[in-house]
Amino acid sequence: MANKPRITKAYTLGFAAAVTMVCSVLLASAATLLKERQDQNIQLDIKYNILSVLGLAESKDVEAQTIFDLYDNKVKTFVVDVEGNKVNDRKAEEIDPRAEPDLLPVYARQDGDVITAYCIPTQGKALWSTVKGYIALEQDLNTVKGITFYSHGETPGLGGEIDKEWFTEAFKGKTILNKAGEIVSVEIVKGKMRSDEKNPEHKVDGISGATLTTKGLNEFIKSTLEKYEPFFKTRRGGTS
Amino acid sequence: MSLLSKKNMVFLKDPLMDNNPISTQVLGICSALAVTVQLQTAIVMSIAVISVISLSNVLISLIRNMVPSNIRIIIELAIIASLVILVDQVLKAFLYDISKQLSVFVGLIITNCIVLGRAEAFALQNKPWPSFLDGVGNGLGYSMILIVVAFGRELLGSGTLFGFQVIPDAAYAAGYQNMGLMVLAPGAFILLGLIIWVQRTITGTVAE
Repeated sequence: MANKPRITKAYTLGFAAAVTMVCSVLLASAATLLKERQDQNIQLDIKYNILSVLGLAESKDVEAQTIFDLYDNKVKTFVVDVEGNKVNDRKAEEIDPRAEPDLLPVYARQDGDVITAYCIPTQGKALWSTVKGYIALEQDLNTVKGITFYSHGETPGLGGEIDKEWFTEAFKGKTILNKAGEIVSVEIVKGKMRSDEKNPEHKVDGISGATLTTKGLNEFIKSTLEKYEPFFKTRRGGTS
Repeated sequence: MSLLSKKNMVFLKDPLMDNNPISTQVLGICSALAVTVQLQTAIVMSIAVISVISLSNVLISLIRNMVPSNIRIIIELAIIASLVILVDQVLKAFLYDISKQLSVFVGLIITNCIVLGRAEAFALQNKPWPSFLDGVGNGLGYSMILIVVAFGRELLGSGTLFGFQVIPDAAYAAGYQNMGLMVLAPGAFILLGLIIWVQRTITGTVAE
């Protein structure tokens, strides 16, 4: 401790400035170096989720490039407005749902020249957080092909179960239209479905202990479907 | 003095049992509750904390004779915060899915009192190498408890370990149910309390 410097105000200020400089240079360079990788991870996650609801990918344990190639080859994206008309000069990936709530991105699965399924983003408030996910519908725009929630802050083990396979699997094959052709969405019931439940084709089992989370989900899934309905009508060929 | 002399090993071993930061000093409880629902997140969190605490100890020890003592806490925090952000960025780049699950809790390592506590109590008075060992030791002590709690919570709360189901379907069919309490914060408190009890019975230490 013999060589301990004399502590003056100038020394203190200088020392603080030096530490700040070193820290900021370190962080700035780390952020710049890692940014590309992080952005790629985010893109990969989004694209994987879209592919998985469209039934095109089952596991993330593949090369990132495989996911990107699959997305580029099989998924056709476009934007529609709330009246169901195509908006030609916008790309689906660029739409910020909060800034432009009236522009609706659609991710369609293309097999050859035919569109065989449609995937739409959905998000809304649940109990603690904004939940984000994707819903995919079959060609008939009535049957659910898949659903996934990729971002949420619900209680792990309770509301957090919404991102688990056992929960999302149950949506598959359910229908969103009633016999009159009106949107009824798919409702998550409270607890398990009773054996004499009415209209089981529009309902799935709930999560015990997560009633408020699923209530939020019910609301925003339905409102998303209603928003897209004008577009869906044009694609259903006016039959319903 | 050799690098792993008996005296140095004490710095490493002491925080594992006799002076465990969680179970003896009861520090860092907040994150111990938050990330222990699953083993996987607990282990990644442990690695993050070990790297932050050992690096911050070394860095602070290196500049210990230069730091003006009236601004030492803010300097320590600046170093710790930078390291934590660095770890968070690395996780986002290389372990994206796990970093999504850990969400804010990696960032909250900054406020983990174990890290600042070791910087203040140890690194400021000791040479870099013992400080490093002290950091690793305290990090491991923290991790040990985290992993034990996570093991119990994941097993009892979800019936899985590392995400794989270990409670057979037959048990569920026979009426076994996962313990919902375990996935919530009180479950962690109860397990932690039990661990502290067992540990104090073994070591015979009682906090006054």
